[in-house]
Amino acid sequence: MSVTHKTRITACFDKLRAEGAKGLVVYLTAGDPSLEDTGRLLAAIERGGADLIELGVPFSDPLADGPVIQRASERALKGQATLAKILEHLPTWREQVAIPIVLFGYFNPILQYGLEKFAKDASQAGVDGVLVVDLTPEEAGSYVEAIRAYHLDAIFLASPTSTEERLKKISQTSTGFLYLVSREGVTGERSDISLALKPLVERVKENTALPVAVGFGISTPAQVREVQSLADAAVVGSAVIRAIEDRYPSQGEESIEQYIRWLKHGAGEKPE
Amino acid sequence: MQTQPVEFGFNPDANGRFGPFGGRFVPETLMCPIEELEHAYEDACKDREFDREFRRLLKDFAGRPTPLFHARRLTQHLGGAQIFLKREDLLHTGAHKINNCIGQGLLALRMGKTRLIAETGAGQHGVATATVAALLGLECVVYMGEEDMARQSPNVFRMRLLGAKVEPVSSGSRTLKDAINEAMRDWVSNVHNTHYLLGSVLGPHPYPLMVRNFHRVIGQEARRQILEACGRLPDWLFACVGGGSNSIGLFYDFIPDASVKMVGVEAGGKGQELGEHAARFSGGRPGVLHGTYTYVLQTLDGLISTTHSVSAGLDYPAVGPEHALLHSEGRVEYSRVSDQEALEAARLLSRLEGIIPALESAHAVAEVVKRAPGMSKDEVVIINLSGRGDKDLGIYQSTGTM
Repeated sequence: MSVTHKTRITACFDKLRAEGAKGLVVYLTAGDPSLEDTGRLLAAIERGGADLIELGVPFSDPLADGPVIQRASERALKGQATLAKILEHLPTWREQVAIPIVLFGYFNPILQYGLEKFAKDASQAGVDGVLVVDLTPEEAGSYVEAIRAYHLDAIFLASPTSTEERLKKISQTSTGFLYLVSREGVTGERSDISLALKPLVERVKENTALPVAVGFGISTPAQVREVQSLADAAVVGSAVIRAIEDRYPSQGEESIEQYIRWLKHGAGEKPE
Repeated sequence: MQTQPVEFGFNPDANGRFGPFGGRFVPETLMCPIEELEHAYEDACKDREFDREFRRLLKDFAGRPTPLFHARRLTQHLGGAQIFLKREDLLHTGAHKINNCIGQGLLALRMGKTRLIAETGAGQHGVATATVAALLGLECVVYMGEEDMARQSPNVFRMRLLGAKVEPVSSGSRTLKDAINEAMRDWVSNVHNTHYLLGSVLGPHPYPLMVRNFHRVIGQEARRQILEACGRLPDWLFACVGGGSNSIGLFYDFIPDASVKMVGVEAGGKGQELGEHAARFSGGRPGVLHGTYTYVLQTLDGLISTTHSVSAGLDYPAVGPEHALLHSEGRVEYSRVSDQEALEAARLLSRLEGIIPALESAHAVAEVVKRAPGMSKDEVVIINLSGRGDKDLGIYQSTGTM
């Protein structure tokens, strides 16, 4: 990769590495429960100690997502949280948040927005990277070109079913980091982390020099630490959405800040 | 070899593209099973034994070949072209869907899969999948929108009687599109033992190619039969287009015959507004849904639109990518027929020919009802009567179609 421009994402992982630390990536659906709330929640998530934010762009047919993120998408779409609206709000959110923001979504809204226009607007709005769930390197030619032209990171998924050959291809096409799906399936919490995760992360690491973030099914501080002991970062998604469903707005955004802090440092019980 | 061009028609390139359409837009986890499926299908295409077994089951189990019937009373009533019906409605399980299910069921066995999953709209594909699962001794789960379960309840019972588990889908519009989402979620979670038996020429490559090839037999038979009956090729082919499997099955072997005009009939529903119909070519634009780049009914923001049709099998916001190419090449004309016109055509065919069509197929009949009177008596029309109407009796009754 001839990326001369050091993105906020690369800087984030460099810093973690220099400190001998591992990252916490937090997922949030933009517009859930409303676009106004998203700004407040992003700031709370950063204060709670997240190192990077994945900001979900809601889609009508989220076929890689489990029920929790499906519900979040439905709520967000009821509030008209379209890609265009999210990009409009992002500069304001960016002012309140210093950590990297990765847009996380499905291909069709981006395609309809226009690849070039999307990359330009996202970059100007302060986005650092993009992950499109239903796009693999094979179909990503013009998308990656547009993303790179605006110095954004194009992040791709790796999966337990990816062959060595595919892992190499994914690594070559990605910048910033690789998002490793911890198990076959959709997003959602699981009570246990697969025993197969260790050899899986090792296999991925053999095929890439990029930092590896592991997501899908992680919901407790113990799981976060377990994943961090193997990979460069742990991603928590559905569990955060459920925390928002349970606590926000009734208990204010401070409750989300507290929840993130618990995920990051916490031992013991989930804060009430 | 599937990816090499044949002497006629269109075949996708190595990336599964029919011109600009098609491809593979799926989460990474599905790339491995899709490649596995592609290789298994390539191997099967070269295996005479696979072909023999496929043909044997089409003949002895499904009941092929299906007749080509000269609908004399309908012809006389409309006063124009000679109308022939390709009787896919006479197949086992009541629709053309069984062709593809036999093919993919055999492929699943070949890949060592023990579990079939499927989506269904009208229930015909679900019933055909459940039937083949029973025949081949495979576990079967069918995803069906709650809305469709209510309007096609006899098929829900059939699937259960055949030993399949029917999973109600309550997300989104609770129809076919949402059933496909749910089936894909199941597949991504169970790729090791599960084959997703997709029911139309949709989804990521190789499905559009493979499903079309399993249905090609419709057009191959029709071609032979019309040559026997009339001594020449037909002037017109008509078929309804939901995902587009029965239509591509009929059309494909006639594509090189420039004299044969083809019309695909979409669901015009109850109005022109987005959400009131499933006419992708007149109301949609290219986009990505369920793994393929094709014409999609969607909002300006790229969110997938809800659709409406009285016929559950046509009630879907996207269309097979090969149809998108046939449309852009101008080889096939796509038109739309309203709910009301389809219901009236179903009544007419029942009264004149003693054949109660499925609501999906009634759309193709309705288009011919509109056009045949303007044609000459020498012109020859084939309608693909893709399914029978037993499953729709409740709708015929509730809409006063008598």
